[in-house]
Amino acid sequence: MNAFIGFIMGPMVWISAMIFIFGLLIKFIFIIKEVREKEQYLLSYMTVRHSLRSICAWLIPFYPRSTRLRPVYYGVSYLFHILLFVLPVFLFSHIVLMDQSLNLSWPALHDGAADILTLAVILALVFFSLRRRLEPDVRFLTSVKDHLLILMVLLPFVTGFLAYHQVFLYEWMVIAHVLSGEFLLIIIPFSRFSHMITAPLTRAYTGSEFGHVRHAKDW
Amino acid sequence: MNENDAEIIEEATDEAVEKGLERLTSERISEVINQVLHKETGARFKAYVDTCMRCGLCSDACSYFLSNDRDPRFSPAAKVKQTIWEMLDKKGKVSKDFLRRAVHIAHLECNVCRRCSMYCPFGIDMAYMMLLVRRICHKLEITPQYIQDTVNSHSVTMNQMWVKEDEWIDTLQWQEEDGREEFEDLRIPLDKQGADIMYSVIAPEPKFQAGLIYQAAVIMHAAGMNWTMPSRPGWDNSNMAMFTGDNEISGRIARTFFETAAKLNVKRIVMGECGHAFRSTYDVGNRQLAWTMAPIEVVHAIEFYHELLTAGRITIKEKFSKKVTLHDPCNVSRGRGLHDMARKIVAMTCSDFVEMTPNREHNLCCGAGGGVINCGPPYKKERMRNNRAKAEQLAATGAEVLIAPCHNCHSGLEDIIHHYNLNMEVKFLGDVLFETMEKKIYRPGE
Ligand code: HEM
Ligand code: SF4
Ligand code: SF4
Ligand code: SF4
Repeated sequence: MNAFIGFIMGPMVWISAMIFIFGLLIKFIFIIKEVREKEQYLLSYMTVRHSLRSICAWLIPFYPRSTRLRPVYYGVSYLFHILLFVLPVFLFSHIVLMDQSLNLSWPALHDGAADILTLAVILALVFFSLRRRLEPDVRFLTSVKDHLLILMVLLPFVTGFLAYHQVFLYEWMVIAHVLSGEFLLIIIPFSRFSHMITAPLTRAYTGSEFGHVRHAKDW
Repeated sequence: MNENDAEIIEEATDEAVEKGLERLTSERISEVINQVLHKETGARFKAYVDTCMRCGLCSDACSYFLSNDRDPRFSPAAKVKQTIWEMLDKKGKVSKDFLRRAVHIAHLECNVCRRCSMYCPFGIDMAYMMLLVRRICHKLEITPQYIQDTVNSHSVTMNQMWVKEDEWIDTLQWQEEDGREEFEDLRIPLDKQGADIMYSVIAPEPKFQAGLIYQAAVIMHAAGMNWTMPSRPGWDNSNMAMFTGDNEISGRIARTFFETAAKLNVKRIVMGECGHAFRSTYDVGNRQLAWTMAPIEVVHAIEFYHELLTAGRITIKEKFSKKVTLHDPCNVSRGRGLHDMARKIVAMTCSDFVEMTPNREHNLCCGAGGGVINCGPPYKKERMRNNRAKAEQLAATGAEVLIAPCHNCHSGLEDIIHHYNLNMEVKFLGDVLFETMEKKIYRPGE
């Protein structure tokens, strides 16, 4: 058992981080390669300027009309995505672990703040899940898989939250936290969460078609 | 589980679709679907399928969704769910009932207006997905009858409406004769080598609306342009094959068109007020022929009128005084960004203008384009139901005259106006220009 815990707390962390990074990188390379082989012409319509123009416009909160039509969902999703990256990276206990293993450290979030923000992420995910049941058009699009995906993200945050508060089964919570975190990292490149790298690409392409070819805005 | 999951039984309304379905075997169905979805697409298609987070932000984009009380089945992503996702899940092994519904979704519940790609945060192009479904339908030979007939016409005559060569030339000469009542030396120059401009129209003009050619001739003549029209096939710039997924014929149409212009050795092509024809020549047909952009400059009427007015080649005698509003045809606004130019023309020719909202790139589609109206009378009632949002948008302007610089929009909007008793008159920009312009010949320096 201890060997197993040692493994998931040690090497497995690195393995999953590598799968996450290289998985996304390889996915990116394969996409570009396939476009070059099969749809080379798409690249001739892409321009850096129009790609960035579109990506930037869509990064400004509530600038695109679409985001103003569903402000609550979009606002929650915007915050959720920021916290998804900020929380794990700037969490005090994560930084301590980094410091121990790699001798690297950086300023951390205040623990109390991190706690509230974690709760915010959890609530956001609950909101996503509820919305999938309540809003008819989203409900029509939703399958079990979408709820599972939300659950995948929910687990590391919930277990982390419970572990921090040491409410019950502290050790088990830590193990569950580490495992679910690793699992999430591993599935990102192989699931719809790979939208992390496809989003800028699809946006850049549409932005270029709209901006460069059609002289129109796409937000 | 979900009341909307109940399968919709599609009625057998279309003879061509029914006959086509009868001929199909299940092997043929899966062979074609897999061929199109795996061989004719690439990383872009995969990214669109894999990236869609089923978030529903695209729903509000679609006028079909808005017109049907936000019925989830009309959300852009839902249309893909009901067609492509399922085809992928079942590896192409889908039933004939499924296909009947798929034809209907792709041809009548989406007019490939591309509005949704501006509402999806990932910019997923659902119009592209629906055109893929149409491509599958085309290869399975289950395209709706009326629109297939226009493609057949293209294939045989290189125009959309079975216009014969002598009819075409006769019509031009007849319009020339009429034009001479306004200007005694007006000509519609046929096949003039090396002219600055080749003027091109869609087949419905000689067939039903020859007066538009007459107006164009008067405008060209008054502006003192060096122009010509081709007497041979290639004069029709429309392209219905582009909307049925018949890419091969679509390419033939575009090639004939550009070759005609090349043979005449013209500097540029000016086209009448048609949205989809512009999409074909400016954006789609050229790609079919492996040209990044059109090999010869293609100028839409909006751009051309704007040029004539700002250069002073046409002057306005008296502005149009009725209250007007402007419909932005998606293929020239979302498709070419001409909406602001159109507004400038309206400002120069009309005194009382009211915006309809949303507008410009965010305009709601007329609901006739993308081949929907071309599926013909069997579907008209349904089309009217699907156009309710547009009707409400029109009514809210309180305008007497609706300017729509696109042929398809025109027909579609007229249907909407009659069906919803809106009491509006639909005009082309060319109509307004023709009515308000000074009927004198431009001479430089005057
Ligand atoms: C920098 C990279 C990312 C970008 C640009 C991005 C962008 C988006 C966008 C545009 C949406 C669609 C709807 C919306 O606006 O909310 C979305 C949804 C979502 N994203 Fe991301 N995302 C990124 C990374 C991630 C990662 C790494 C995860 C999870 C591990 C994630 C989880 C989700 C979830 C769960 C949803 C759907 C929420 C729902 O159920 O409606 N995202 N993302
Ligand atoms: S392309 Fe237009 S009609 Fe088709 S789904 Fe998108 S918004 Fe609706
Ligand atoms: S907005 Fe985009 S990601 Fe969301 S459901 Fe529609 S197509 Fe999918
Ligand atoms: S007919 Fe007009 S509004 Fe309709 S799809 Fe075509 S360009 Fe768009």
